[in-house]
Amino acid sequence: MEKMSRVTTALGGSALTGRTMHCHLDAPANAISVCRDAAQVVVAGRSIFKIYAIEDEQFVEKLNLRVGRKPSLNLSCADVVWHQMDENLLATAATNGVVVTWNLGRPSRNKQDQLFTEHKRTVNKVCFHPTEAHVLLSGSQDGFMKCFDLRRKDSVSTFSGQSESVRDVQFSIRDYFTFASTFENGNVQLWDIRRPDRCERMFTAHNGPVFCCDWHPEDRGWLATGGRDKMVKVWDMTTHRAKEVHCVQTIASVARVKWRPECRHHLATCSMMVDHNIYVWDVRRPFVPAAMFEEHRDVTTGIAWRHPHDPSFLLSGSKDSTLCQHLFRDASQPVERANPEGLCYGLFGDLAFAAKESLVSAESGRKPCAGDRRHPIFFKRKLDPAEPFVGLASSALSVFEMEPGSGSMSWFVDTAERYALAGRPLAELCDHNAKVARELGRNQVAQTWTMLRIIYSSPGLASAASLNHSVGKGSSCGLPLMNSFNLKDMAPGLGSETRLDRSKGDTRSDTVLLDSSTTLITNEDNEETEGSDVPADYLLGDVEGEEDELYLLDPEHAHPEEPEYVLPQEAFPLRHEIVDTPPGPEHLQDKADSPHVSGSEADAASLAPVDSSFSLISVSHALYDTRLPPDFFSALVCDMLRFYAEQGDVQMAVSVLIVLGERVRKDIDEQTQEHWYTSYIDLLQRFCLWNVSNQVVKLSTSRAIS
Amino acid sequence: MRLATTANEAYTASLAVSELLGCKQCGGGRGQDEELGIRIPRPLGHGPSRFIPEKEILQVGSEDAQMHTLFADSFAALGRLDNITLVMVFHPQYLESFLKTQHYLLQMDGPLPLHYRHYIGIMAAARHQCSYLVNLHVNDFLHVGGDPKWLNGLENAPQKLQNLGELNKVLAHRPWLITKEHIEGLLKAEEHSWSLAELVHAVVLLTHYHSLASFTFGCGISPEIHCDGGHTFRPPSVSNYCICDITNGNHSVDEMQVNSAGNVSVSDSFFEVEALMEKMRQLQECRDEEEASQEEMASRFEIEKRESMFVFSSDDEEVTPARDVSRHFEDTSYGYKDFSRHGMHVPTFRVQDYCWEDHGYSLVNRLYPDVGQLIDEKFHIAYNLTYNTMAMHKDVDTSMLRRAIWNYIHCMFGIRYDDYDYGEINQLLDRSFKVYIKTVVCTPEKVTKRMYDSFWRQFKHSEKVHVNLLLIEARMQAELLYALRAITRYMT
Repeated sequence: MEKMSRVTTALGGSALTGRTMHCHLDAPANAISVCRDAAQVVVAGRSIFKIYAIEDEQFVEKLNLRVGRKPSLNLSCADVVWHQMDENLLATAATNGVVVTWNLGRPSRNKQDQLFTEHKRTVNKVCFHPTEAHVLLSGSQDGFMKCFDLRRKDSVSTFSGQSESVRDVQFSIRDYFTFASTFENGNVQLWDIRRPDRCERMFTAHNGPVFCCDWHPEDRGWLATGGRDKMVKVWDMTTHRAKEVHCVQTIASVARVKWRPECRHHLATCSMMVDHNIYVWDVRRPFVPAAMFEEHRDVTTGIAWRHPHDPSFLLSGSKDSTLCQHLFRDASQPVERANPEGLCYGLFGDLAFAAKESLVSAESGRKPCAGDRRHPIFFKRKLDPAEPFVGLASSALSVFEMEPGSGSMSWFVDTAERYALAGRPLAELCDHNAKVARELGRNQVAQTWTMLRIIYSSPGLASAASLNHSVGKGSSCGLPLMNSFNLKDMAPGLGSETRLDRSKGDTRSDTVLLDSSTTLITNEDNEETEGSDVPADYLLGDVEGEEDELYLLDPEHAHPEEPEYVLPQEAFPLRHEIVDTPPGPEHLQDKADSPHVSGSEADAASLAPVDSSFSLISVSHALYDTRLPPDFFSALVCDMLRFYAEQGDVQMAVSVLIVLGERVRKDIDEQTQEHWYTSYIDLLQRFCLWNVSNQVVKLSTSRAIS
Repeated sequence: MRLATTANEAYTASLAVSELLGCKQCGGGRGQDEELGIRIPRPLGHGPSRFIPEKEILQVGSEDAQMHTLFADSFAALGRLDNITLVMVFHPQYLESFLKTQHYLLQMDGPLPLHYRHYIGIMAAARHQCSYLVNLHVNDFLHVGGDPKWLNGLENAPQKLQNLGELNKVLAHRPWLITKEHIEGLLKAEEHSWSLAELVHAVVLLTHYHSLASFTFGCGISPEIHCDGGHTFRPPSVSNYCICDITNGNHSVDEMQVNSAGNVSVSDSFFEVEALMEKMRQLQECRDEEEASQEEMASRFEIEKRESMFVFSSDDEEVTPARDVSRHFEDTSYGYKDFSRHGMHVPTFRVQDYCWEDHGYSLVNRLYPDVGQLIDEKFHIAYNLTYNTMAMHKDVDTSMLRRAIWNYIHCMFGIRYDDYDYGEINQLLDRSFKVYIKTVVCTPEKVTKRMYDSFWRQFKHSEKVHVNLLLIEARMQAELLYALRAITRYMT
């Protein structure tokens, strides 16, 4: 009731008017303070001390308090405060340790009233008692606080913080005798004005200096503090021990903090360094400021709400020598710019997704297959009906788990541990790795290794036995022409590599909630994709152990990728030969239709469009050569590596890169290599495969890695 | 095991260095190198410091538990127990913070690669021709895989480091001239440009090593045994030392003479202490009564600032830079001296407008996390360190004296505290002390044992080391303030 009447008397009849505006000062401001009539503001700094009238359209300079011929340090203000009871009374804190009071009622030009030179060091803050006309409090760098009665020449009492500099002092608005002080060592003390011998209470509020504090205008026990540690904390002082009730993390040290009138949970802050903006926070939502004022070009040094019962006008002074009036309705709202959805992959392929509730319910309705293998879990935040931003705050978090079997990344771990990357001849390495891959059911990868073996180790070295052991040989001399024809045919049908990617992504879309995000995942997030991509392969291999069955299955796996054309069965062995030629004439037809076809098919598919014409000519030519220079394939191999990397199998890309070493390294730019290496090493470390990761680091040729 | 390998590496590295640096005076040393296998190097000099008698300095093995931990940490971090550590251990509390900071700057996560860090250390130390630090860091530089070619001179280092040369020069001698254009020049040099984080790291390293060079000279730190000038393969009795002339006139020969001359009667110096304490008492008492006018206060600062430029020892002879070291920087003639002779005007920097606690700290911690905190702690410890003793007196509040020293150094750099009466400096710091401070902070290479001995004659060596800690931290903060202010101005 009492409050209501106050509001009406304060605002009734003549509500504040004005607009967002600023005016240029002659010098940087250190502090500002508002007269209780809300129509005047005083600005103080090292070389400025002026009073401005706040009019509807502009600031008008009313009075310059710096008078006298010589500049005096007494006028170099660190802080200024206007009495909230008496319109004529001001006090300033000078950098040389002097506290000065000013009486605007003096008839002379010089309004200086009293001079207190009791502090030995810079005075950081002055504060008038909210209801007592003659009581002034000061806090200084020398560690003392002094209470002055303006009717006397000297201080009435001195309070020793028993520690380092005092950074702020504030009388409690509600408790007549209480004031709070903050210190450079992170402490906050509570004092009773009648007891200068010792403080009532002390606690450590921040790590490092506490630059400012402010009592809540209505909530008796609430004290907000801001520190160099970039935090704003709200303390409940009514309890036995001061309790931290809210904590806001800002991005720079907090220089000033001021509760917003009439908004119980809002406070404004500005920072000491680097960040020039003024933020208004809802303390219950500590991560995003409720509003932001971006007018200043240098750090803001003083903020003040224009009227104690009007939440929409904020005044500020800055080092950029401007004085600003900010209107709340003109503030920018960072919330609107924030991305309201969040998406994140877990290590084992789990996917968490948070979005506005309305969005999610619509989404899940549209997704018929979301439920089959993954289990969405919904968390709902308990909503507080009192919160002003209910609509914005309610969001749903869905977690999609991998099915225990399919989600396993054991293939990755196994592969990493069992691959041989160095120390043996190339052919052996390739064979070994092919074997590993095959045992893990990753036939496409196995096939790739085999082909690499064939490409890069000279035919003479490759024994017939090992060829036998390796896959899909069937190279009959009559076919090469058809083969190249085939290639040429394919090219237009295939479109581009990226399209292949996307189509592949689509086949997996059931694993992911949002369609739009799938492309993003496949294209940008190599290492993360692995979780959801490769297990699909693994699943196939796992279930269908028999090669024949695999063969049947594989086209099925491949077809959705290239739905545009259907290849005749015969085509598989033929295309297979593109890379398979060098080993020479061996007839192992029984193996020719092995499942690995699909692997090479994928390769060919991805490689073909890049330079189909080139391969058309040179392949047919090369087939009649006894031996191709390994260089001939390097472009293809590089494309193949990129393909794997883009598919998310960065493991394959890096392993091949290491095994082949000089043979391909020069064809792939350093940055890409570095990217692959870092991704792979990061993955290995997430799985705690320290040995493998170290081995990779050691073997890497990228300068940035090793 | 670890000890053995480290020692080995350090040893081979030092050999490489002596070859690299090819000291002419040590020409005869070449022959010895071949025989190194059978010769045992002997330490030159007497203990870790040339100024402080060895017996005054803590002996390894007689330290208490806290110091032992410090030594162990220092050894683990650096792979050695260097003479700086052995002298600083007079003040274990500070040493701990110092080592932690240095370790972080050189070895922990940071924007600059390891060899860059040591090379910047070399650049900074070389500005003051501090061959002690240069030698140490040349070893470290090679140890972390730095390219030996860079050591032939700054022009052999990457362009990026060469660009830093100018900042190094200005920062070391006239930090008040640093402008945001310097910063801009470094940050916007296309492919050789520095990032802000790298720059802050570099600035912290530069200031750290400028100050450490001050400490090295101020306390007369002896060369390490594995470094040039730290050892001899001949018995020390041979009068003709094979010492590289890094000492700038501080040859041991001089020491002997000074020693005998420097021993002024004890009674004289006893009165010195008494007089100083009396002055402190007076200042404490009459401070409140006699109030100087504003103009008076301002002019006191100006006077002190101007006078500080002319405070120089009379035996300020020209010293040609030691050859070995000078190749790491350009423009050897550029020094603090130049401007002081010409009476250049130093603009006033108001600490109330830009101070370490409020501004510098936040900037450093933002761009190079955790380092702001470490340096802040180090400043605090150095500034607040006291044992409440003065020479033979106990229970003395030395805060006034410490503040006078600190503010005097900042005053030399044009940094003014609005709330300080600079008249106090004149009362508390006598001329020989001012000469010492001035020399250590501005031209450390010119410090002589005579200067060290002639101030505060009755005070303990540990107290003189304490003074040195104040000097180097105040200097570091002054340089940092100017550099960081320029960076702030660039950013806004």
